[in-house]
Formats: sequence, structure tokens, C-alpha cells
Amino acid sequence: MTELLNLAVNFAFYSVLLAMLMTTARLLIGPAAHDRVLAMDTLWICAMLVCVLQGLRFSDQVYFEVAMLIAMIGFVSSLAITKFLMRGEIIE
Amino acid sequence: MNSLQALPALAAIVVSILLFIGGTIVLIGALGLLRLPTFYQRIHGPAIIISLGSGALLLASMVYFSVLQSRVVVHELVITAFIVMTAPVVSMLLMRAAVYRDMRAGKTNIDDPDGLFGEQPDTSTQHHQAP
Repeated sequence: MTELLNLAVNFAFYSVLLAMLMTTARLLIGPAAHDRVLAMDTLWICAMLVCVLQGLRFSDQVYFEVAMLIAMIGFVSSLAITKFLMRGEIIE
Repeated sequence: MNSLQALPALAAIVVSILLFIGGTIVLIGALGLLRLPTFYQRIHGPAIIISLGSGALLLASMVYFSVLQSRVVVHELVITAFIVMTAPVVSMLLMRAAVYRDMRAGKTNIDDPDGLFGEQPDTSTQHHQAP
């Protein structure tokens, strides 16, 4: 059963990495600014998933705190840029 | 305790299934983000990454650590609660920003700003006749 678990963790890890590659392609292509903001937000979420998977692989609870911090900070950055695109300033 | 620990068979199968599901959903979401033609279609990809993909992978982590430590470990529920609170806000704001930018660029047809879907049949029920 450990081989099955190993295979599952590796599959999830490499699919999240492949998703990050495709999202970076959209970040470079994206014809408009809001496309790039969407890609950046997705990259933050994929980084958090990488930390959760590494916590699973190394059986260590310390990676959970890293994942929580990434989730918090990524949300704030996406929100700030979206507010700027909508209004022209972040805090009115 | 620095490697993947061995679990009883049922728990290992449950965690593996959740990991496979989560990985597949993240791949499908990113493929949608890359390949769909308009922005309003593209926003569905990250939506399923955030909800289903993160949900499945965080659930796998919760089950793994619960079985490993023989007590209910729900640390990852904090991350889930945080994502549930913030991801819809960011998505709605991003969609409104896209609508405002399309309107400012002078595209009057918000439902089809890139003109991909051609002439649609007129299905309105109110037909006003000039007096």
C-alpha cells in the first residue's frame, strides 16, 4: 500500500506542477490585464497545494503553517490589483 | 518521521483516491484556463481548482494525519474556511473589473465581447410596437 500512496502523492504533485506551467503560459499570453491577475491568483493557490502535498510526503505538520500563510497573502495581492483595475486606486 | 508512513489498507486507498481526484481536477482547471477563448469562460478553470481541487487535496491531508496520529486532526479546515471566505470575493471583483474594462473599451455586447457567437435568435417576449 505504500507504493500506491507514493504513486498518488507523486501524481498529484506533478499534476500541480504541470498546472503551474500552463498557468504561467496564460500569464505570459493573456491579452488583457485581468487575464494576468487570474493567472497570478491561480499560481498562489497552486503554490499552497504544493506545500500541502510536501507536508503529506514528509509526514510533517510544519508545512501546514506555510500553506496557511500563502493562502492569506495571495488573496490580499489579487484583491489589491483587481481593485486597482476596477477603480484606478486601491483605497478611496 | 520524515517519509511517507505506511497506513492501514483502507485509509491508504481513501487517501490515494482523494489525491488522484484532486490532481486530475487541478490539471483540468489549468487546461481550461489555458485553452478557453474568452475571459468569462476562462474564469471557470481557477474556480474549480480552488473549490474541488483544494478541497480534495486538503481532505486527503486531513485523513492522512488523522489516521497517522490516531486522533482527529482538522488543521486544514482552517485553510478551507479561509478559502471559502475569500475566493468568491476575489472572483466576483475580478468579473466586475472585466465587465467595467470591457464597457470602457466601448464593447457594448457584454455577453459576447469578442464576437465569437455570431447572430443569436431573438427570444425576447416583449415586442414594443411604435404607436
